[in-house]
Amino acid sequence: MDIIIQNVTKSYGVQKAVDNISFRVNTGEIVGFLGPNGAGKTTTMKIITSYLAPDEGDVFIGGKSVRDNPVETKKHIGYLPENNPLYYDMPVIDYLEFCARIQGIEKNRVEARVAEMIRITGLNREKHKKIGELSKGYRQRVGLAQAMIHDPQVLILDEPTSGLDPNQIAEIRKLIRELGREKTVILSTHILPEVEATCDRIFIINKGRLIADGTPETLRKKAQGADILRVKIEDGNPDTIFKALKTLESVTMVEFADRQFNRFNIHCKSEQVRREIFTLCVKNNWVLTEMTPFETKLEDIFRELTMN
Amino acid sequence: MEKIWIITKRELNAYFDSLIAFIMIVLFLGFSGFFTWISGNDIFMSGQASLRPFFSIAYWTLFFFIPALTMRTLAEENKTGTIEMLLTKPVTDRQVIAGKYIATLILIAVALALTFPYVITVARLGNADAGAIICGYLALMFISAAYTSIGLFTSSITNNQIVAFLSALFIGLFFHILFQIISGGMEGLLGQIFNTLSMTVHFDSLSRGVLDLKDIVYFGSIIFLGLFFTEVSMARRNAFN
Repeated sequence: MDIIIQNVTKSYGVQKAVDNISFRVNTGEIVGFLGPNGAGKTTTMKIITSYLAPDEGDVFIGGKSVRDNPVETKKHIGYLPENNPLYYDMPVIDYLEFCARIQGIEKNRVEARVAEMIRITGLNREKHKKIGELSKGYRQRVGLAQAMIHDPQVLILDEPTSGLDPNQIAEIRKLIRELGREKTVILSTHILPEVEATCDRIFIINKGRLIADGTPETLRKKAQGADILRVKIEDGNPDTIFKALKTLESVTMVEFADRQFNRFNIHCKSEQVRREIFTLCVKNNWVLTEMTPFETKLEDIFRELTMN
Repeated sequence: MEKIWIITKRELNAYFDSLIAFIMIVLFLGFSGFFTWISGNDIFMSGQASLRPFFSIAYWTLFFFIPALTMRTLAEENKTGTIEMLLTKPVTDRQVIAGKYIATLILIAVALALTFPYVITVARLGNADAGAIICGYLALMFISAAYTSIGLFTSSITNNQIVAFLSALFIGLFFHILFQIISGGMEGLLGQIFNTLSMTVHFDSLSRGVLDLKDIVYFGSIIFLGLFFTEVSMARRNAFN
């Protein structure tokens, strides 16, 4: 089910939380929302899930407008809100039954669905405990279980892995990736490696505007322009090596990373450069002890785009 | 309709699981039982087989107890954020309000039903007027419905339960006594208006056994306005955050 956001604007008083955002998410895509605090990620999600109404613009879920048909569009959405609000005084199993019923699952299928979700999220031993007695990680599982209980076509997850331990994070990411094969998933996070690990596409939002949209690779390419290699070449005079490197065909620029240890950063045009460096070293009897592609991290892209 | 009932059931469970329901019922029966039967200025003083002393005491106990019941309903959901979880399910604001409203009314109806032994006792003491007794209970349900809608409204405007409780009492106080007092000090049309606004006047006429359309319109209007403003106040989330 596609999600189409069309010129959505939302203000709180004079402050514009979301400023004329438009994008499209296709079926089977996992999209990550990135942005500093207060950028408008959560507000956008609240509009998609019909908790808030947009001031201007509209959102279409599978072609249906959230303005005209909120009850209809909400049926297809599973939503994990920020901070994962739950009824703490309810036992897990009762709560999931309530969610299943209110999502319109027929009475005779409710039990099977709840059992299924408890199995998937690994809550079997906790199912009779009150939600308030559970640890944060288990509450997060309950939150995910309630979001997925009606097998929705669209999943909106606001910081799904916050408060989980590394094992649980890996589990949840795996779950999201599996779900993302046939469902449309939008998730928001501050954890950048998480987006790289789970998402097909990244939206970077700042001050209510969409400032970048693309796969992790294209964003990285865009930010750095050229590839950088870090090499360490021993058994030679640093200046001689420096000059020799500069003469190579695919090299655009060479700089010292660390003169004392013969380390260089090499900006290059093509992959061919690695072979050229190798043959250069062999020819001069130098020893190549290190060669690492120097990747621009998503952190740097994120900082570059949002820090002004 | 089904969605409303699912919400109602959850609310009722929440009332009973958290003991609020039991405490409320015990206190209600304790207070009204004490003042109806053993306080001295009670049912035996009237020398009539009538439940009117009970009705006027229940009128006061409900006035205090209903805000204590309704204060939780929306204020707590606002505070913990569960309202967002609930409203992003395929339900409307109106269904959520209706579900919570009906749950509270059912709880009050249960408390009132438990005073049924009073009816039997009075019926055995003498010739009780069945019509007056039915009208009395009806009047209690009407004022409960009115105060519950006010309580739901004050609960929707805040995320603090104490604020919800006190503002419900404050608004209730006007209907309960202040309008009547004001109308006493005024003459002509203005006095008439305040007299009409006073809940006590309508409650008295109803519990006397007179079923008048005017009273029904009066209670109906308060209920409608209370629920209407609850819905308006819930929609306010769009303007502030």
